[in-house]
Amino acid sequence: MKRRTLTTVILAGLFFFAGYAVFFIAPDEATMHAIQRIFYFHASSGWAAMEGTGIVFFANVAYLWKRQPKWDWLAVSAVEVSLAFWSVVLVTGPIWAHPVWGVWWAWDWRLTLTLILWVLYVAYLILRTLIDDFERRASSSAIFGVFVFLGVPLDYLSIRIWRTQHPQPVLFDGPDSGLAPTMAKVFFFCSALMTFLMIVLVVQRYRLERLKHEAEETRLVLEERAETEYRNREVERRTALGG
Amino acid sequence: MSAASSSASLGVAFEQVEKRYGAFVALRKVSLTISAGECVALLGHNGSGKTTLLKMAALLVKPTSGRVTFPGFHAKHSTALRRQIGLVGHNTLVYDDLTAKENLELFARLYDLGRPRERAAEVLEAVGLTSRADYLVRTFSRGMRQRVAIARALLPSPSLLLLDEPAAGLDQQGLLWLAGMLQTLRAQGSTIIMSTHARNESTGIFTRAVSISGGRVERDTGPSGDPRPLLEELRVGA
Amino acid sequence: MDTIRAAAIILRKEVRAEMRTRELLQTTVTFVIIVVVLFSFAFEPSAAEARRYGPGLLWIALLFAGSLMLNPSFAKEQSNDTIYALRMAPVSLFSIYLGKVLANLLFLALTEVVLLPVFAVLYNVSLWPVLGRLILVLFLGTFGMAVTGTVFSAVAMQARMREVLLPLLLLPVSVPLLISSVEATAELFTDAPVLDRTWLAVLVAFDIVFFVAAWLLSDYLLEE
Repeated sequence: MKRRTLTTVILAGLFFFAGYAVFFIAPDEATMHAIQRIFYFHASSGWAAMEGTGIVFFANVAYLWKRQPKWDWLAVSAVEVSLAFWSVVLVTGPIWAHPVWGVWWAWDWRLTLTLILWVLYVAYLILRTLIDDFERRASSSAIFGVFVFLGVPLDYLSIRIWRTQHPQPVLFDGPDSGLAPTMAKVFFFCSALMTFLMIVLVVQRYRLERLKHEAEETRLVLEERAETEYRNREVERRTALGG
Repeated sequence: MSAASSSASLGVAFEQVEKRYGAFVALRKVSLTISAGECVALLGHNGSGKTTLLKMAALLVKPTSGRVTFPGFHAKHSTALRRQIGLVGHNTLVYDDLTAKENLELFARLYDLGRPRERAAEVLEAVGLTSRADYLVRTFSRGMRQRVAIARALLPSPSLLLLDEPAAGLDQQGLLWLAGMLQTLRAQGSTIIMSTHARNESTGIFTRAVSISGGRVERDTGPSGDPRPLLEELRVGA
Repeated sequence: MDTIRAAAIILRKEVRAEMRTRELLQTTVTFVIIVVVLFSFAFEPSAAEARRYGPGLLWIALLFAGSLMLNPSFAKEQSNDTIYALRMAPVSLFSIYLGKVLANLLFLALTEVVLLPVFAVLYNVSLWPVLGRLILVLFLGTFGMAVTGTVFSAVAMQARMREVLLPLLLLPVSVPLLISSVEATAELFTDAPVLDRTWLAVLVAFDIVFFVAAWLLSDYLLEE
């Protein structure tokens, strides 16, 4: 309990500092001014989400190889947390785009890629809700997860080439064209913070999943014991009557 | 692999086998060893775990914990093992949209049997369906379907034959024929495990009876015991 | 027995069983035509519009039809528990999978044979000059669909609501396939048709990556 409170306090403090840094330390951007500051949270969430995606793939392969339940717990935790971060990217993207370009969405390749990854993660979670048996659910979602991950480079390639062939206003070319040193420092700090947050969330979710499992195991053991007692009593009763 | 008789005999051992489907426990720490050549009657109600046990012996289901081994089988590769095992399940395991002959030839080819067409015809003859060889299985009566199912299991002359209530759907004549067929297999040295309600079939062929309830082995007459009392006892009103 | 031979046996079985009833082919072909016709009510099917939207329409129709057609691939093995018979046979799971992929490829190809002329007529598009190249693109795209769709059919076999689940899984994963097929097809519909190497490369990469993945993961597909 103490550890969790400490973590929360640290995180809150770091976020407070990040907020301060983003609004007061980072210099004003030349063309977009204030709204550009959302980039620090937008792009760093994207990084955290990508890292989460890596964890998912690792967990999926580990489960298929080792068949230990903990890898499935890790996979579902990482998927849910990554999905949350991708959602942040998808929401902050339009918030940024609208004042700058006047459109909410512009099929920019980064946003499009994020959108498809978001959809794939939702599909993964829906697949899980449709399978009741633990092992089948774990291996089916692991297989689908591997396929999804292998598709990511292909998604990147095809969407990138596609969007270059049909030019659209490229959003967020700020980060591409190089960051001023102070901006880079703030961005790096935010990315590290988001990664830290992601890890904390994944660990929490993992623990929850593990608890669910342990509760289930305990329930089964208790049921087993109750049943054995019942049977023993029945046998006694029958022998008492039968004799 | 020769098409005629089974070469070696195969036993199966369940070591502390547990199987769970979500919250439902089908088998609870079952330990049971069946030696080569035995003819075992597996008795119990529906849902007792008989089917799961048979499916495990057929390598279709992996235990949640514990293991299933095949003493007497020394090759490493599980494909070689699969050749030796035959299953007659709850369903027919054949394709409705193919004829009896096409079904059997398909499996004869999949099992890489020498001269698949002849073997398929042979087995069709053995189950008495030669006259219906070119009819779609979809058109078959329940009893005929059962016979095709049995024919399919017999194709590779398995050393271990698993049957899940094969008598269901067979009339008196069919039951006699089934008993005779099992006798022949026993004479060839095959191990037989058959789940049954012990109601109608002639039970003389069994060397052992094991009753299962709630995923546990309740009673077991053992490899050298006499199965008949247990069979008699559980015969009426399964 | 080696994989190719076992796959060929399975392929033969799939084709023979389908030819008996032709249910799958009939419903798929009809559905694809309905989609194509329905699309024509969604936009003005003049020649210029057809050039712009045609390739997209073609592939969307194929993907939709495909995701309906691919689900029964493994789902139908559950009637009579024939999937047990296949799993017990001394053949690798990959060969079962491969046989079904080839069968699905064939069935989808047959659907396309019907779809193409209908499409050409309804939208006044001349396919003759680019037919060879179009067939190549169609083949690569269809192969990708068959590879992924058949795997997901096996995955969906373990789940509820599989008729809806298969499209749910297949369509997002097919995004690279859709983009590259549509772009490659669009390049063929222009006044100066050209077979775009880049998009072909992406298509081929898709096919290879997912085929190899299916091969590596095939042992885990059908357990119980």
